[in-house]
Parts: sequence; structure tokens; C-alpha cells
Amino acid sequence: MIPAAFDYKRASSAAEAISLVSEFGSDAKFLAGGHSLLPLMKLRLAQPSMLIDIGRVKDLSYIKDVGDHIAIGALTRHMDVETSKVLLEHAPLLSHAAGHVGDAQVRHRGTIGGSIAHADPASDLPATTLALGATYVVQGPKGKREIAAANFYKGFLESDLAADEMLIEIRVPKMQGAGWSFQKFNRRAQDWAIVGVAAWRRKGEAGVALVNMGSTPILATSVSNAIAKGASISDAAAMASNEADPQNDLNASTVYRKHLASVLVRRALEAASK
Amino acid sequence: MTITENKPSKIIGTRLLRREDPPLLTGEAKFTNDLNIPGALHLSVLRSPYAHAKIKSIDVSAALKIAGVVAVYTGKDLQTSWAAPMPCAWAVTTDMKNPAHYPLAIDKVCYVGDGVAAVLATNETASRDALDAIDVQYEPLKAVVDLEDSLSDKNVIHSDLGTNKSYTWPLLVEETPGCVEQAFKKAKYKIKERYVQQRLIPMAMEPRAIVAVPQPFGGDITLYSSTQIPHILKVMSAITLGIPEHQVRVVAPSVGGGFGSKLNVYAEELLCMALARKHNAPVRWVEERSENSQATIQGRGQIQHVELAADENGKITAVRVRIIGDMGAYLQLVTPGVPILGAFLYAGVYDIPKAYDFSCTSVFTNLTPTDAYRGAGRPEATYAIEMGIEALAREMKIDSFELRKRNYIKKEQFPYTAFSGLTYDSGDHLLAAEKAAKMTDLAGVRAQQKKQNVAGATKLLGVGMSSYFEMCGLAPSRVLASLNYSAGGWESATVRVLPTNKVQVITGTSPHGQGHETSWAMIAAEKLGVAPEDVDVLHSDTAISPLGLDTYGSRSLAVGGIAIALACDKVIEKAKLIAAHQLECASEDLQFENGTFSVKGSPDRALPLAAIAFGAFTAHNLPDGCEPNLEAQVSYDPPNFSWPFGTHMCVVEVDTETGAVEILKYIAVDDCGNQINPLIVEGQVHGGVVQGIAQALFEEAVYDMDGNLKTTTLAEYLVPAACDVPAITTAHTVTPSPTNQLGVKGIGEAGTIGAAPTVITAIIDALSSLGVKTMAMPASPQTVWKTINEATSGGKQ
Repeated sequence: MIPAAFDYKRASSAAEAISLVSEFGSDAKFLAGGHSLLPLMKLRLAQPSMLIDIGRVKDLSYIKDVGDHIAIGALTRHMDVETSKVLLEHAPLLSHAAGHVGDAQVRHRGTIGGSIAHADPASDLPATTLALGATYVVQGPKGKREIAAANFYKGFLESDLAADEMLIEIRVPKMQGAGWSFQKFNRRAQDWAIVGVAAWRRKGEAGVALVNMGSTPILATSVSNAIAKGASISDAAAMASNEADPQNDLNASTVYRKHLASVLVRRALEAASK
Repeated sequence: MTITENKPSKIIGTRLLRREDPPLLTGEAKFTNDLNIPGALHLSVLRSPYAHAKIKSIDVSAALKIAGVVAVYTGKDLQTSWAAPMPCAWAVTTDMKNPAHYPLAIDKVCYVGDGVAAVLATNETASRDALDAIDVQYEPLKAVVDLEDSLSDKNVIHSDLGTNKSYTWPLLVEETPGCVEQAFKKAKYKIKERYVQQRLIPMAMEPRAIVAVPQPFGGDITLYSSTQIPHILKVMSAITLGIPEHQVRVVAPSVGGGFGSKLNVYAEELLCMALARKHNAPVRWVEERSENSQATIQGRGQIQHVELAADENGKITAVRVRIIGDMGAYLQLVTPGVPILGAFLYAGVYDIPKAYDFSCTSVFTNLTPTDAYRGAGRPEATYAIEMGIEALAREMKIDSFELRKRNYIKKEQFPYTAFSGLTYDSGDHLLAAEKAAKMTDLAGVRAQQKKQNVAGATKLLGVGMSSYFEMCGLAPSRVLASLNYSAGGWESATVRVLPTNKVQVITGTSPHGQGHETSWAMIAAEKLGVAPEDVDVLHSDTAISPLGLDTYGSRSLAVGGIAIALACDKVIEKAKLIAAHQLECASEDLQFENGTFSVKGSPDRALPLAAIAFGAFTAHNLPDGCEPNLEAQVSYDPPNFSWPFGTHMCVVEVDTETGAVEILKYIAVDDCGNQINPLIVEGQVHGGVVQGIAQALFEEAVYDMDGNLKTTTLAEYLVPAACDVPAITTAHTVTPSPTNQLGVKGIGEAGTIGAAPTVITAIIDALSSLGVKTMAMPASPQTVWKTINEATSGGKQ
């Protein structure tokens, strides 16, 4: 559990962090809560030569109501997302999902920005923000740009973030009273989901995203389209895996994962329709 | 022997808080890796990435160039450092095959994790970095992973042995020759089942850690190790290294769990000692978690074929068992003996005639060596007979509890001489089972089940149970001799009353989480009439406690605790002679109560133990021939095993759509005889039950076809946490053991033995209406889902 040697710099602002990462190039990694990166480094599966600690960057930990959406700073800890009054009122699906990340220790250290930037398809918050139609704001040497969650995830642990860009804000549309459900199926409470479903429903509209059903978080557009066309929940849920390409692993075969996705999407939509 | 006196206890039986906990909870306790040893070199071990391969070449030149690296050794370099191969203390048969096993592999690796090279560096980072710089060329060979494949000898792992078979150990007990076969021919009902005991990783919270410290002159060496067995380790390391035994001192500092995995003599202990002597410097090593998964022994690993024959009433008339045991790549300290510890228990708690045909064939595989893991052979046996009883009940179409009742050994049959010749000391299986049934509300659950488990329901309710015996308190030395074990089963204790009436108890047991310091102080305090806080318990250092056989097999109380009680008796006997001398009476006229000797009938003529302790120290006024000081040493060899027993029940709900199993209720009724500290007993049951549930639902060391472990970290190897297991309701019946003066039995392994079959039988019960009759462990959601599909579609998917 001893990582390979690395250098360490601490950034005090987003601009400084970006300038550091530009200076050190692709061998540099941002360190926020450290709950994805450090385990990989201890196993020597990741060996960055430079860590840029953004944990003390000021002004990136916030949850603000800005009219039609909620703006969440990238360094906001899971525990703050879970318990935020603003989010509980306007995006309760996200708060609830944040309460299912890891265990209490992880939720006190890990950040929403770190989780999304890591782009792990098995993580809860990438899929949940995807289901909610979130927008991510990133900052690079040339300034800020906005990326729709639906265009962000490119492959396993790969996103649209350039090496010299940093995720700084997550914008989540207000749910406007939509019904919602987060279904996390796993063997131990603290584990990643074997399959997870984040879903919301408002009359003929629904948004459904899947956790751990492919190399990226998956937007189950077939299900939403079917609901929009008036299909029954169980008929819509049968299409849960249309966009998915799940892997085989110790916990689940591809066939079982697809089956679980249908069951969990059905349960999620039923719960969201109540 | 019977229980000598039945005086009401003041200390024994109370829920005294554990004295071990404050230092553990505040971080004050020192584990081996906490020891600050100036000038220590750090050892790292390069491990084989292949399950089976020839070592073609090893180039260490790049590693030696890394700053801080002091030396790198290969197996060949150290070949002359060993006076003997690593020890296996249990040659279960005279023709058992035991491959030579050295701390570093010499020309061939036999499992992923086998040590290939050892790096010494001035710091941990350099020694870890050096591992990546060693270039080993391997010629991979076909890996033997499957037990039945191993048995075929298509690929022989240790070519000098000519076979993968280590031994076949039979236990055939027949009233008349051929009676087992006849019983099966005559049987009205019979079952034949196959069960797989998956490999488990013990996963002690503290991984192994070692520091070997050579003394500056004279050649003595002190080994600090996270071990369960400092005494056995002292002898075995001295033999393996060719050092005089008296020059080796072994200390086990605070040890964070073992579950049998630290009941061993490991390569790294021997490497640290050998290299510390070579470099004349302390050498330390601490295990990484993923190393722990591969280089520390694993548990279980058996295929069991079980047959039961029964008459028209369901009375069992014969038992036939064939086991294939997975030894892994080499035999560690007691590897071959593990299936044998279960061999006597395949009739469980049932009264059977002398018609028992057991045989175990154990084979080598290219996997991590197996060895004792909590229960060691007995959970496997209990699982097989309890699952067998359920299968027989299904065959007979009767309730399995009813079938158990027809077969239980009855209370009045104790002490019960079993088919094997072993004597079961005491028991009341029906009482424990009925108590469990009542606490479970068995009738109520059955009624609810009828309502809930209707056609089309997706949440199905099930009840499971198991009744168990735990053959423990290892062990009468003569019985161990008959099993070819190379040591005895006694335990040693010294009790010393200091001049100020403080008491030192020195025990040969070696606690690693069990709370011995608390319990042993309670026993001595009760016997001597002092406060528990005035009793200090010393252990786990061979310089302080030179005699002992350590802690495993639920032996510590039933053997080590009795040794303490007997040593207290000896102290009291001597104190009585001194008291009689000073009170000028005959010692027969004295009584000893509440720490005071008084003349029967004249309570004012009295002397407290404190006065006698001081008098024994000054030696001013002792009877003729009486030695100064108040101290006694006892080595106690138990006349029998102890036989704790009980019944566990649980209620589960199975989600047939996902295969998820939820345990709604878990009831454990255990009988370990008299309890010294019920708080500690409950803790043992809780921990044991969780480990049994873990085998049933969560844990498995998963290997691929090439012998690579897929579950090397705690993200893949699913040790359940508190939130993943149900609340456990514990209860007890109390049937004292008649074979020791405290009436106690062991409890360390009971929970593990009872739990796995309880959970699996409950799942099968829940799914019985779907035609499910079997369930592999661990019953993961996917496994449950697949099993349901196979049952409902009438075939494999």
C-alpha cells in the first residue's frame, strides 16, 4: 500500500490549479477528496508524478439556488449534497443518491466534482446528474465552458475534460416536484452498485439513467421515449438495457445485469409515479 | 471427575467490561507494526504472478541500484540458511506426501503469491520500489486449480512426489463388517448429496507483521510477530533455522485477530529471522492487504459427498462421507489435519449406530495453501450433516425439525459414547432447539409463510435451522497422539501471589481478541478472593511464559482457564499449610472463603490471604520444609474435548426477481456450559455468526482457470460490515461440562459452525415451492437468481 513517489503542489485557486496542471502536463493529477485516486495509487494502478491538491481551493464548495437550477461547487462534499436544504427541496433525487455513496467517512471526504470528473460508470452521482439533465462547468487556460452531462462521458474513466481543464461547477435543473427514485442494488451497503437506477417522472415525462451498465453512465432514452409515448411502466422498463452494454464481473453476468436493470427501472418508475 | 464445589460465584458469570478495550479503542495498544525499532531494515517479498511456473532466471541488478536497497536475495541465495524445510506438524498418515517447502521458492513457483525474492532496504518505499525492478523470467506451466482435476494427476505439481494426492485418511466404524453397505441396502429412505465448501480468506483486521531483533551479542534473537502461537513458533523457527531453542524469544504484541490464519509458521517470519542474523540488524515486514489475500493461508476448500440411510421413521442408520480436501500448493503447519478435525462430526448431534464410513482424500492445487480457519473442519462437517438432514426430510416429506427430534442424542444418554469411541461430555439438544424455535416463533413464521408464499409472490419467506456440536478444547494429548499430531494438547499456568497480595497469572494461551486478560483475572479473582483488578495477566511472551500451546480450536478456557483454576487451588493449598501453622490448628480445620482462612467454628481465628502472602515472602514463620513464596505452576492435560452445542434458526425473505436475500431474524441458542463472562460469550457468538453468514452469503476466494485470485482487495472480497448483517438475538442453555472444575466449554467457533447451514437451509426453505433443493455458497443474488431459474425452467440456463 505504498504509492510510487510523486511530487505535490497545493493550489489556492482554480486559476492556480489550472496553471499548475498546464505546467506539469498529463502526468499531473488533481487531488480533491482522494477517494478514487488514492486507492489506485496505493495499488500502483495509477502513478502520477505530480499531485495538484485542490482540496483547499476557496469558493468551490457551495450549493446555490440560481433560479431555474441549483449550482453546486465541484468541491462540495457528498455529505453536504446529501443534507442540503436547497437540494432536498429542488433536487431531492441528487441528495438521496449522495447519501448512498460509499460510507459515512467517504461521504465526508469525497466530492461531487471528483466523482463526476473521475467518470466511473459504477459511481452514483455521474448517472444521477445525467438523469437530471445536469450541465457541468469546466475551466481551462482559455476560460470556462459548459458541457451537457449527456455529452460529457466518453469511455471508461474518460470524459470530455481536457488534461488542463478542471470541473468547477455542476448545474442541476430544479425537479419541479417530479416524482423520483434511486435504486441501488449491491451486496454490501458500502459497495458500488452492481446496477443502479436514477429516475424521475412527471406525468408523461421521465428521465432514467443507469449506474454500472456499461463503460459510461447510461442514459436510458428508450425508456423515457416509451413513457413519453404512453407505454406502461413494465413495457418501458423492458427496454432498460437498450442503450447499455454491461460487462461481466464477479458479481454479475451481462444477462443478469440486464435483467436487474429491467427490474430496477420498473421499481424506480413505479416509485417515482406514486 | 465431577464439579467439585458449587459455591455461588461473585465474579464468575458477571458482565465485567473487558480490560483490553480502553487501550484498543484509544490507540494506546501496540501492534507489531507500531513498534519503533531503531535501525531496522525493511523486508519486501517479490511474489510470483504465476500459479505454476519454472523460474528461468532472476536479475536483481537494477533493484540493487535503488537508493536505500541493502540486499536482494533469491531462493537459491538462501538455500543454505535453512536447517529444515518449513514445518508441517500434522502428518495425518504415515505415507502422507509433503513437498519440501522453503521460505522462498527455489526453481519453481507453485501459486500466485509464492515468494521469489526478498529485498532488504533502509526504508519501506525503497524495498517496495525494488520489487518492481527485479526481472524474473518464468516458464509458465499448466495450473491445477480444480480439485477433481488435481485428483486425476493429469498435471502433477510436485513431480518428485509423482502425484497430486497428499493422503487418504479413512474412518470406518462398523458394528459388523459390511454393515454400512447393508444399512444403505435396507434403508427405507436415503439421500446422496454433494456440497462445495468454497475457499475463504480469513481477513484478520490486522494483517501479519513481523520484527526480528538480534541481540547485540551472544546470538539470541527476539521475534515480534502478529501470531496466535508464540510458543509453537519459537520451537518451529528454532528447528527450521537451526538455532538452539533457548536463544529464540517470541513475543506477540497486541494481535488484531487471527481466526486461525495466525496459527502458523510463515515464510516471512523465517526470512526476517534469517536476514536479521545475516545482517546483524533488526528486520521488519508488514503485509499489504492484497498480499494477505494471497500469502496468508486460506480456509475451507472441500468437496463433500454425503450419504445418509434412514429407516421408515427417519432414524439414521448409516452415514457415508467422501471428502476431497484442497491443501493448496504446500502443507502449512496443520493443513492436512483440518478435514480430520471434522471427520468425527458428520453424524452431528444425532444418535447413530456404529455404521460410519468416512474417508478424506486431500490433494495439492496451484493455489494458496489452506489451513485452519475458524471452526477448521467442524463447520464443514456440520454444514454437510445439517444440509443432509434437510434433504432427508424433503425425501420423507416431513418437517426437518421433526426429523431432527427423532434423531437427537437424548439428554439422558450423556455422557454419550459415540460411534467413534469419543465421549460427548454433556448436552441437551432438544432443550436448545425448542428454545430457539420458541424465540423464532416458528409456528407464527410458518403461518405467515403460508399467507405470503403464494403463487406469483416475489418476496418469499423461509426458515432455516441447524443444530451443532463443536468438538473443541483441543485437546487430550493421547487423542492427539492417535491422530499423529506432533504436539500435545495441554496448557500451562502459573499463579503467583505477590507480597502485597497482588496476583500475577501467567498463561500459555495467546489472546488475539478473545479477552483472556479479563476472563483469566476473573477466574483467579473468584478462586483467591481478590478483586479482578488486583490480578495481572501475563501472556504472549516466551520469556515471561515459557510453557504454553497457545490459542486456537476454542481451547483457551477449557484447557488454559482450567490450568489457572488448578494453579489457584495449589496456591490455596500451600497458603492453607502456612495459615494452619500460624493459627496453630490442623489444616483440615480451616476453611477458605472471601480470601480469608478461618478455623471452622471459630471465625475470629482467621488470617487473610494478604497476610499469608506477605508471610510467605518474609519467610519468617513458615512450617518446617515449606518453601518461601506463594506460587504454583500447573500443566493441565484435559481428559476429554469439550462439546459445546446449540441450535441456530433464522428467517429470511428472498426477492425472487433479484435473488437478494434478507435475513429478517437470527436466533442463536448456544450452550457452552458455565460462562465466565456472558458479555464476552455474546461477543464471540456475534462475531462467529457473522463469519458464518459471510460464508453463506458473501465471501469466496475466487480464482480464474489460471490460478489468479480475483478477490485480492476488500472491494472484491466481500467481508460484511455491521450494516450488512441482521441483529442477532443470542440466548443460552447451561449444561455444565462434567470434565472440568469450572464446568466450562469453548465458544470461540460455535457461531461460525452454526450459522452457514442455518442461512442456506432458510433460503432453500423459502424457495422450496419453486422446486429449489440446493443452493451453492455464497448465495449471492446472482447465484440465487440463477438457481431459481434453473429450478423453474427444469434445467440449466
